[in-house]
Amino acid sequence: MLAKIYITLKKDVLDPQGSVIANSLKSLGFNNIEDVRQGKFIEVKLNTENKETANKQLNEMCEKLLANLVIEDYKVEID
Amino acid sequence: MTNHNWQFQTERSLVENHGLKLDEFEKIVEGLGREPNLTELGIFSAMWNEHCSYKSSKFWLKKLPTSGDRVVQGPGENAGVIDIDDGDVAVFKMESHNHPSFLEPYQGAATGVGGILRDVFTMGARPVANLNALRFGEPNHPKTKHLLSGVVSGIGGYGNCIGVPTVGGEVNFHPSYNGNILVNAMTVGIAKKDKIFYSAAAGIGNPVVYVGSKTGRDGIHGATMASAEFDEDSEDKKPTVQVGDPFTEKLLLEACLELMKEEAIIAIQDMGAAGLTSSSIEMASKGDVGLEIDLSKVPMRAQNMSAYELMLSESQERMLMVLDPSKEEMARDIFKKWDLEFEVIGKVTDTKRLILMMNDKEEASIPINILVEDAPEYQRDYIVEEPSPIKEYKSEDFDQNNILKDLNTMIMHPDLSSRKWIWEQYDHMVMADTVVRPGSDAAVVRVHGTNKGLAMSTDCSPVYCKHNPYEGGKHAVVETWRNIIASGALPIAITDCMNFGNPEKPEIMGQFVECIRGMGDACSKLNYPVVSGNVSLYNETNGEGIYPTPAIGGVGLIKDLSNVKTLSLKNEGNLLCVVGKSNNHLGNSKYMTIVHNKEDGGTPEIDLDEELKNGHFVLELINKQLVESSHDVGEGGILIAVAEMCIAGNLGITIDEDKEFSHRFYFGEDQSRYLLEIRPENFDQLKQLSESNNVVFEKLGVVDQAIIKINNLNEIKVSELRNNFESGVGNI
Amino acid sequence: MKSHVIVFPGSNCDRDVAVAIKNISGHQPQMVWHKESSINQSDLIVVPGGFSYGDYLRCGAMASTSPIMQDVVKKAKEGVPVLGICNGFQILIESGLLDGALMRNSSLSFICRDILIKPKNQSSVFTKKTQVAKMPIAHNEGNFFVTSEQLKKIQDNDQIAFQYCDENGNVSEHSNPNGSLENIAGILNENKNVLGMMPHPERAAELAHGCEDGKTIFESILN
Repeated sequence: MLAKIYITLKKDVLDPQGSVIANSLKSLGFNNIEDVRQGKFIEVKLNTENKETANKQLNEMCEKLLANLVIEDYKVEID
Repeated sequence: MTNHNWQFQTERSLVENHGLKLDEFEKIVEGLGREPNLTELGIFSAMWNEHCSYKSSKFWLKKLPTSGDRVVQGPGENAGVIDIDDGDVAVFKMESHNHPSFLEPYQGAATGVGGILRDVFTMGARPVANLNALRFGEPNHPKTKHLLSGVVSGIGGYGNCIGVPTVGGEVNFHPSYNGNILVNAMTVGIAKKDKIFYSAAAGIGNPVVYVGSKTGRDGIHGATMASAEFDEDSEDKKPTVQVGDPFTEKLLLEACLELMKEEAIIAIQDMGAAGLTSSSIEMASKGDVGLEIDLSKVPMRAQNMSAYELMLSESQERMLMVLDPSKEEMARDIFKKWDLEFEVIGKVTDTKRLILMMNDKEEASIPINILVEDAPEYQRDYIVEEPSPIKEYKSEDFDQNNILKDLNTMIMHPDLSSRKWIWEQYDHMVMADTVVRPGSDAAVVRVHGTNKGLAMSTDCSPVYCKHNPYEGGKHAVVETWRNIIASGALPIAITDCMNFGNPEKPEIMGQFVECIRGMGDACSKLNYPVVSGNVSLYNETNGEGIYPTPAIGGVGLIKDLSNVKTLSLKNEGNLLCVVGKSNNHLGNSKYMTIVHNKEDGGTPEIDLDEELKNGHFVLELINKQLVESSHDVGEGGILIAVAEMCIAGNLGITIDEDKEFSHRFYFGEDQSRYLLEIRPENFDQLKQLSESNNVVFEKLGVVDQAIIKINNLNEIKVSELRNNFESGVGNI
Repeated sequence: MKSHVIVFPGSNCDRDVAVAIKNISGHQPQMVWHKESSINQSDLIVVPGGFSYGDYLRCGAMASTSPIMQDVVKKAKEGVPVLGICNGFQILIESGLLDGALMRNSSLSFICRDILIKPKNQSSVFTKKTQVAKMPIAHNEGNFFVTSEQLKKIQDNDQIAFQYCDENGNVSEHSNPNGSLENIAGILNENKNVLGMMPHPERAAELAHGCEDGKTIFESILN
């Protein structure tokens, strides 16, 4: 089973990369940009068919290692 | 505080959550003539906390010597300033970022570097070097590896990006830091003496300008958010760890320095801890004026920010300044060029009050003097504990055949091993003025475009301080002094970063008092004053304080860079000599703590007359070009120092056949000593000079191929030592 | 002799390279702000090291979209020598002037230390005076990669400028600091008038640096 994990900075945490990307896109002529936030995308292949177990495990992975909960949020998607 | 009858409308828990004692709250009410509103309470809380007010430490800090021939600005401004001739000055300071670095090591350390850089360029100086002083828990503690690698990449991440070389530092490991690491960052900058910028606001009506990044809800203290004023999802809204943006800081640095070339800035202050609150109050207080600020004009990153949040946010990469109104447009253009925020948010007034407006509503009105002059100051109770007794060890206590084996064990221990794994992650060469790179006694950075340089070093031995805070305080100061001398420079002044436990405990306060006394005595004797500093108290976990850690950063001047000395041995056939008296002090030495796992036996005592005499003697020899390489004898003692010189120069030494030394000599940590490599033909002249200066000067051995031979029986290859030396820290 | 150094927000080796050029050629290079749209007649354009735009998104990606880079590309195609150092190398790749990509160092950490390089192409305007040379690297993303077809192309066309090597000039895995394919430290474009390199010759350009090997590259192009 393939799981997709999105890790982003929490809503009000400063995202220096995001704002610089936004400015660069604006200077390339994309004028209607309001805001850009960037993050990490991680794919995890799991050797299980049980969605519930997988979900639990993936959440645990995020909390123990993949995300830093002090500044980041995460979202898990299972295909 | 338990016996007070609570007679105020403000909730008692709200006051307590703001870290204010009840009698402090009474003082606020008395000063204002009414109870403060929430915004005002937040402002008092920020200004009167330990970090901003120095309320526990001020009384003692005043005892440190802070003046001298070369001191242009002592403590009290953003950073200290010393004269380095030719109209140039060096501007420097060290500051702690301990707690944030424990929570989020990368960002905590990065923003620590960002903050101290701002302190220095606020004064008009271009930062030319970063250093640091780091303490972690035991090497095998489960958190240590993660914290070490996070802190190191955070320091590098910020310094490398902004383009200021990280040229030196110190790291050690001790269980007392298992739950409370220390991250102290130091920046050194260079400016022109007639172009130093200060924080005193002046000129009634002049614009108060906000520049840099936007303000978000960064670092607003958790406890102060507990009030009902905030909605339920405020948990998401209050990231307590700030994210550093070195790119914006680089732009801010260049924009500020560009503007500083013009006669436009009347006062400038960076927004560090307690952001807009401390910067605005600092400027008003120093200038004895008032400020009126319209908070709705503050550039905001988040929506619906309250006055309270705007005043207490610790968003990074921001500055506040008072401008000459005729230069406002020119200044705006400069900041626009660098893509930075530039907003006039208020004006200087003659009210001597801080008045905050938001959407035409008055959010705060506080007389500046109650916030600053009337801030609480405590003379906390203290107990000076008896120093650990000094233990005499005998030669027979240790098997001489093990000396080289023990050397090997010690040199691979994380406390003594090479820090290369760390400093290779720092760009230590950007700006192309690094003359002595990390790994020697002091780093040396050339003053750009000249042939003079600054030598700098950070140091402290917490174990020494714990067992004898007075001698430990002296030691931290003289260790940096010695490092600077060994590099060929004249030590000028220091900055200090005082990291201690809870000052409300008399024994912790006693450590503080004694460390200060030791530091003060050393500074006075060596004519090596304190020009800036920072205090970090309450470094505790589970009620257990850290070891007293007065980290010192010293700066010296070398007038001719051709006189720079490093520790690497230069040529076979040269002699290696010891300056200073060896008294065989093994107590609390690295030999005892690493090889025997014993932390006792007392702290070595320092004779400051001896220190001064030996240091001046070494400097005189270096200036007379009689020294090939030099190294101070520090932690680990003579044999560790010898090994470091051999490894750096890829040469060895044969210690004189007629001498048979014991562990006490090889690993003893007696103070005020140096190792000098000299040419054999100069020996007699040096011996004579030492006698006329009344300095102990002894030949130790002859520089040889890359093998260390001692006591006529044992030897070890330098290549083997190097492998072990370089394996330490990276393998934690 | 007219030279130009491009300055991006976040460049931090612009001054260092200007000092080296001044010391070696006697001429002060002109600093060109990235928002400008063209460069006057030039004998050398340098894209210096640093962290343009904070290295956010991808090193060099955003700098390559700057107004001035269009003119740098144009000048390069006209044959003007262009030298990109470190972040400048990354920018030249992102601008399409050079082949390949620079990935994160194989050690996954920033590396600042002296390394040795030797020229593979020994005839270009940049490399003709250099032998085994010591100079520092200071980067997080210097791990050079190209596809095997591209590698063959740059090999056949003699576009490999420098390779990491040991004291004796041997190109070995041991002397590779960052995992670069074929130990590549610098490459040229097809016409050999554009060089991108990770090591910093401007930091090994006078006695105070402890090594002057980097001078040879500037001497070769400036004289």
